[in-house]
Amino acid sequence: MKKKVDAVIIGAGPAGMAAAVSLRENGIKNILLVDREPVAGGILQQCIHNGFGVHHFKEELTGPEYAERYIDQINKNKIDLWLDSCVIDIEKNQDDTKTVVVLSKERGINYINTKAVVLAMGCRERNRGNINIPGSRPAGIMTAGTAQKLVNIYGYLPGKEVVILGSGDIGLIMARRMTWEGANVKAVIELQSYPGGLNRNIVQCLNDFDIPLYLSHTISNISGNDRIEEVEVSPLDENFEAIKSKSFNLKCDTLLLSVGLIPENELSIKIGVKLDPVTRGAYVDKNLMTIVPGIFSCGNVLQVHDLVDFVSEEAKICGASVAKYINNKLEKSKEIPLQKRNLVRYVLPSKVEIGKPALLSLRPMHPAKNMTLTVKTNSSVELFKRKYKNIFPSIMLRINIDVVPEDTEFVEIKFEKE
Amino acid sequence: MIDKYDVIIIGAGVIGAAIARELSRYHLSVAVLEKEIDVSFGVSKANSGIIHGGFHAPPDTLKGKLVVPGNRKFDRLCEELDFPFERNGELMVAFSEDEISTLQFYYDRGKKNNVPYLEIIGKERLLELEPNLNPDVECALYAPSAGVICPYEYCFALIENAKQNGVNVITGEKVIELKKNAGIFEIKTEKNNKYSALYIVNAAGLFADEIARMVGITNFKIVPRKGEEYLLDRRVGKLVKRVIFPCPTKKSKGMLIIPTVDGPVMVGPTALDIEDKVDFSTTRDGLKTVFNHAQKLVPSIRSTDAITSFVGLRPAATSNYSIISKFFSIIKSFTGTKPEYIDGDFIIGRTTVSGFINAAGIQSPGLTASPIIAEHISDALLKDGLKLEKNPAFNPIRKRKVKHLRSILDEKNFSEVEKLVKENKKYSNLVCRCENVTEAEIVAAIKMGHTTLDGIKFATRAGTGRCQAGFCTTRILDLIHQETGIPVEQITKKGPGSEIVLTPLRKGRDG
Repeated sequence: MKKKVDAVIIGAGPAGMAAAVSLRENGIKNILLVDREPVAGGILQQCIHNGFGVHHFKEELTGPEYAERYIDQINKNKIDLWLDSCVIDIEKNQDDTKTVVVLSKERGINYINTKAVVLAMGCRERNRGNINIPGSRPAGIMTAGTAQKLVNIYGYLPGKEVVILGSGDIGLIMARRMTWEGANVKAVIELQSYPGGLNRNIVQCLNDFDIPLYLSHTISNISGNDRIEEVEVSPLDENFEAIKSKSFNLKCDTLLLSVGLIPENELSIKIGVKLDPVTRGAYVDKNLMTIVPGIFSCGNVLQVHDLVDFVSEEAKICGASVAKYINNKLEKSKEIPLQKRNLVRYVLPSKVEIGKPALLSLRPMHPAKNMTLTVKTNSSVELFKRKYKNIFPSIMLRINIDVVPEDTEFVEIKFEKE
Repeated sequence: MIDKYDVIIIGAGVIGAAIARELSRYHLSVAVLEKEIDVSFGVSKANSGIIHGGFHAPPDTLKGKLVVPGNRKFDRLCEELDFPFERNGELMVAFSEDEISTLQFYYDRGKKNNVPYLEIIGKERLLELEPNLNPDVECALYAPSAGVICPYEYCFALIENAKQNGVNVITGEKVIELKKNAGIFEIKTEKNNKYSALYIVNAAGLFADEIARMVGITNFKIVPRKGEEYLLDRRVGKLVKRVIFPCPTKKSKGMLIIPTVDGPVMVGPTALDIEDKVDFSTTRDGLKTVFNHAQKLVPSIRSTDAITSFVGLRPAATSNYSIISKFFSIIKSFTGTKPEYIDGDFIIGRTTVSGFINAAGIQSPGLTASPIIAEHISDALLKDGLKLEKNPAFNPIRKRKVKHLRSILDEKNFSEVEKLVKENKKYSNLVCRCENVTEAEIVAAIKMGHTTLDGIKFATRAGTGRCQAGFCTTRILDLIHQETGIPVEQITKKGPGSEIVLTPLRKGRDG
């Protein structure tokens, strides 16, 4: 089937749904939202714990409840939503439109001609192969997200004696979830000297259940032929090498991995979008447009967020930009580079606009105390300054900077010790 | 009740499978017994998939004699059995004067083995053929006749064709007792099933020595030689077009760079003799070794591009004599004499026990030689008195039940996709999207009897991509359950003991 639309939004998770609603609010009616799952909502549907929406809806919702709010708006606005549908290709056309090829369970193969594309595919979890844990290859090793889906959606417990590698939020949430379902979570092992997840999850998911957290440790071997039987846990030296003489073994039948998320940008690469090697998300301008005109990116496929509320907010901004692009009203303004310095792991967007204020998101390289974050122009005009008692890589900072003055060549952002 | 056969083949790896198909040409009752839950689950599953040119093995060995004739068979085999095969060639590269003389040595050896179109090519042409190679490379030995296949797809194709032609394949059937009684072999399996046969073919891979010992043959031992391999993300692309070898050392062919027939690049394997026949563990050292060596050949290879790793165990045969001489050569090395490495040759053919035929110690280039090994085995059976009468109904053609969507998408042939979807709606349901595998392919694999996650992975590639089954595991569990009725908690990764989930928490969605 052939179809012509103004925008295709790829992924109907929190980012895609918010972008679609925002496009609609900005007067763009002919849009198509596609998702490969049989229901909209993305990963929210398996996150049955609460704590979502505190910023955005001013109340504590579960994941499915948060998703439902947006699904209602999608339905109310009669936004065309294709489920069980996977984008298999995107091509640029001569007239700057794009052709998105969608393979859909109900509709077969479809060619969608569109003015704009919103990439909102989210993330996948890093897995064993990505971090090369040595040892045998038995059953019982899976990502925390797969386990979450098995427990919360399918109603199956993957195992009863559990070790979790990585203290990312999904891992912490699953430590509590597995405990509630009667499993014995023996330990959470973290490579870094600080936890990967939010502090509230450390307290509520580990401390409240007396689950030990081993910082600066790793799993140095896996044994068991059919099913995993044991992991070897080793402390790490300053070069992140396992100190085997100090290792100890934990018996288990399940190993869950919560070792980071990778934006799913394979489709983006196909059409020439350039990625930031640090975030593994696209390089975008302040309109969240990638280097390919007409292709935008928002949500976790752009940068891994801590809170879904900020995903929705980012997608809303993105939707507004896309609407302007479709109406040929996206201003061509002068953009200058935003350079990261001392301790700033990444900052997004990578460029700011002369004569405008900007909203920046950033993360530090590692935890630190009593730091001052400053944003200055090359002629030392201060655009932002704030003191932080503590900074953590697990907490994304979002800041509003002042109007960037004329004649600025670049802006730099850095942390400094007080 | 005892199941009686003319021939029982023990082991359904590529060798057992090739023999089964070969014997299905004749009027015979043949069974294959496999201890694993699926075929190709032993040694074969970790095979590198290379159809060798044939310059590595010495001409006076079975390996050297069978490799080139085996290689020649693959064009026809691929046509008959419909498995992917690409004659992309192999290159052995040299970086120093010493290594150049090694190339010359292997060139001469290759000539003796009748390797066609073999040549030594200079730096300029080499870098033209393979621009991603380390620019310090001097020259290379080039065998354009080499190729790559998917080892399990080859094995599945052979087995399916053998079954079509009447061979009985029984999986999950481990032989624990084998004896010859009044000219008839009697088998008892772990499940306490009994079989009898006039002839036995021992294709038991790592356990071939143990099977042979059951009938009193003790003159060889199988030593597992462990190899670690690492698979890179498809995104990296085909860094090389041909299989790249370094110059070999005394111990192994070295770490290779293999552009697999399915697309992604594989690097490895290491080579380490071990004791344990079920030690499939990767190691930190293995990882470092593989990538250090691979980067010497192709500097842009990164260990961070690895999406998974696995271990294969090569069944290296050593005669008891050679174990002793190897021991002595180690002592000699301490006294300053260079130890001579004794490489185990294939052990193929008749034995001191009439009717018991060995196909043992089949390591590299065993995959390449497999079609010829199968012919040798049928000859040996003939010599041991088996009547081989052609079966006129033998059909050499096996067609893949369903096409792989992935290869069609790679060519951006969307009209072909449209056609497929029209024929079978299940083609429009993408289950594994890292490798673009549809419900049509997975259901077909389940119907062919692959009912474990690994079985489906080998048959369709679902779960082999960059997310390593993170997203598709639950979908595949659903499909296996739907098609077979096996309760989800009984579905395994690779056989009993490797269940994916332990307990249903509440009544399932069906209940």
